[in-house]
Amino acid sequence: MNARAERFLNHAILALFAVIAVFPMIGIVAQAIQLPHADFSAFGTAWREGHFAAYLRNSVIVTAVTVVVAAVFSIMAGYALGTMRFRGSAALFLLFLAGLTIPTEAIVVPLYFDLRSAGLDNSYAGLILPQVAMSVAFGTFWMRAYFRSVPRSLLEAARIDGASSWTTLWRVLVPIGRPAILTMLLLTTMWTWNEFLLPLVIINSDEGLRTAPLGLSFFQGSHKTDYSLLMAGALIIAAPVVIVYVFLQRQFIAGMLSGAVKE
Amino acid sequence: MTTVARRKTPKAGRAASDRRAARPGSGPPGEPGRIGWLYALPALLVYGAFLLWPLARGAQFSLYHWDGLGEATWAGLSNYTATWTDPSLRGAFGHLLVLIVFYSVLPCCIAFVLVAAMSRTKIRGLTFFRTVLFLPQVVAMVAVAVAWRWVYSADGPVNTVLGWLHAIGLPDWRHGWFGDFTFALPAVGVVGTWVGIGLAMVLFLAGVQKIPRELYEAARIDGAGAVREFFAVTLPGLRRELAVALTLTSIMAIRNFDLIYMATSGGPGDATKVPAYEVYNRTFNTGEVGLGCAIGVTLAVLAFAVTAGIRRLVEGKDA
Repeated sequence: MNARAERFLNHAILALFAVIAVFPMIGIVAQAIQLPHADFSAFGTAWREGHFAAYLRNSVIVTAVTVVVAAVFSIMAGYALGTMRFRGSAALFLLFLAGLTIPTEAIVVPLYFDLRSAGLDNSYAGLILPQVAMSVAFGTFWMRAYFRSVPRSLLEAARIDGASSWTTLWRVLVPIGRPAILTMLLLTTMWTWNEFLLPLVIINSDEGLRTAPLGLSFFQGSHKTDYSLLMAGALIIAAPVVIVYVFLQRQFIAGMLSGAVKE
Repeated sequence: MTTVARRKTPKAGRAASDRRAARPGSGPPGEPGRIGWLYALPALLVYGAFLLWPLARGAQFSLYHWDGLGEATWAGLSNYTATWTDPSLRGAFGHLLVLIVFYSVLPCCIAFVLVAAMSRTKIRGLTFFRTVLFLPQVVAMVAVAVAWRWVYSADGPVNTVLGWLHAIGLPDWRHGWFGDFTFALPAVGVVGTWVGIGLAMVLFLAGVQKIPRELYEAARIDGAGAVREFFAVTLPGLRRELAVALTLTSIMAIRNFDLIYMATSGGPGDATKVPAYEVYNRTFNTGEVGLGCAIGVTLAVLAFAVTAGIRRLVEGKDA
């Protein structure tokens, strides 16, 4: 086989798998707008009947608070573990690292019973706090790797200039660490936005607090086979993450693929 | 261990003070030391209270029989033995094994062979292909489930194509896939293959680019054919990526709640029950909280073992 033919074949294989990868997504869109009629009324119906305005608002609130709190905590913990030498730091890092593999399934049942006794089920706090905990495990791991890559001379220079460790962190390291922080923000946003099991269990009676994915599951319960409505709903909840992904795919991919690797 | 050894053999003079300087907690003057704990504290508190503590509580619950309402009675390890003596649960773990093949082994093998076949040429438009192939990873699983329920539906695309094949004389292969006792589990598995294959291809494509061109040239000068080249250059060069892909995809199979809940609810019958679904089902539908927790703990151990095991496999060969 000559090089030209080989080259053509390789691109054809890639194109085939690219088509397979988007096919169900194209199907979602085609069904939702009822091609070839290009009728957008399903979105309006789904939006109203599925109460997606309220559910998206809940998702935005839960995701925003979770991501911001987790980012601040992760940056601080990653700074400590990446740049400071203190007794027990190695053990502490391993403790956070262990959290990377803990599946939601292993903690969701005890969380339900303990949050219920504490009166935190059916509340934003009951959704946010456990997701901050899950995000912090990855965030600390991720930010530690970034802070370790910062040249020590930079830290020493800041210290000689009289900057406290707090000032050094927020005025020197965080501004130059924006790419690493952006990746962390994107990933925790996606995970929190897409999380389904936790809201399903924690938001068990207050319909007004349902997040978007949870809303979709109830919407499916009441419109079992009305695919154009269901697809419109699916599109509404998936679109925010997909749009951000299309613009920042490099950060998404790099982050998700490195999470399971180094050290 | 090394610090203990150091303390046992103290040496006088400068050497000792050098060693003290390298000890954690006493860096150069002005370097922050113990304050590190303060920085780590907020993260540690939330992490401890809402991840580690529930994990420990889950382990505790798993030792009791409890319906979630009344008195709990001591169960010892019987909830754990039930995970392989209860036929329905044994079935669920069996389904997990089948799904690991579909979610992890199949996508990695297919992607590996495809990418290896491409390793001889430069790919144009790599960014575009990467973006598209990776897309299934970022779509909420609940939305993926809705999309695939349509793909498999009575007059969805799969049955439509099978209908055409039937029209040209082939047997009628049309099914209600997610509702069929024989085909529901493989149908779920195919969704996993679809999600995983893009991830594996993206990883391997990136890895192949990093293998030095000279290795391929050297192999070709030595007269190696495509197959020899695959085993001598591509496979060793992609070992790390292979490990990452296997880890990520098998963890995906283990944490397979959203898709099962949305697409089949474990049905028909027990046909697509998996441990991740049984954690929820046993706790909230059949009132076996202890058993639900035991399955959850088992999944956590399994996820940890898979991650550690695959990594050891790769690093062990490196050493």
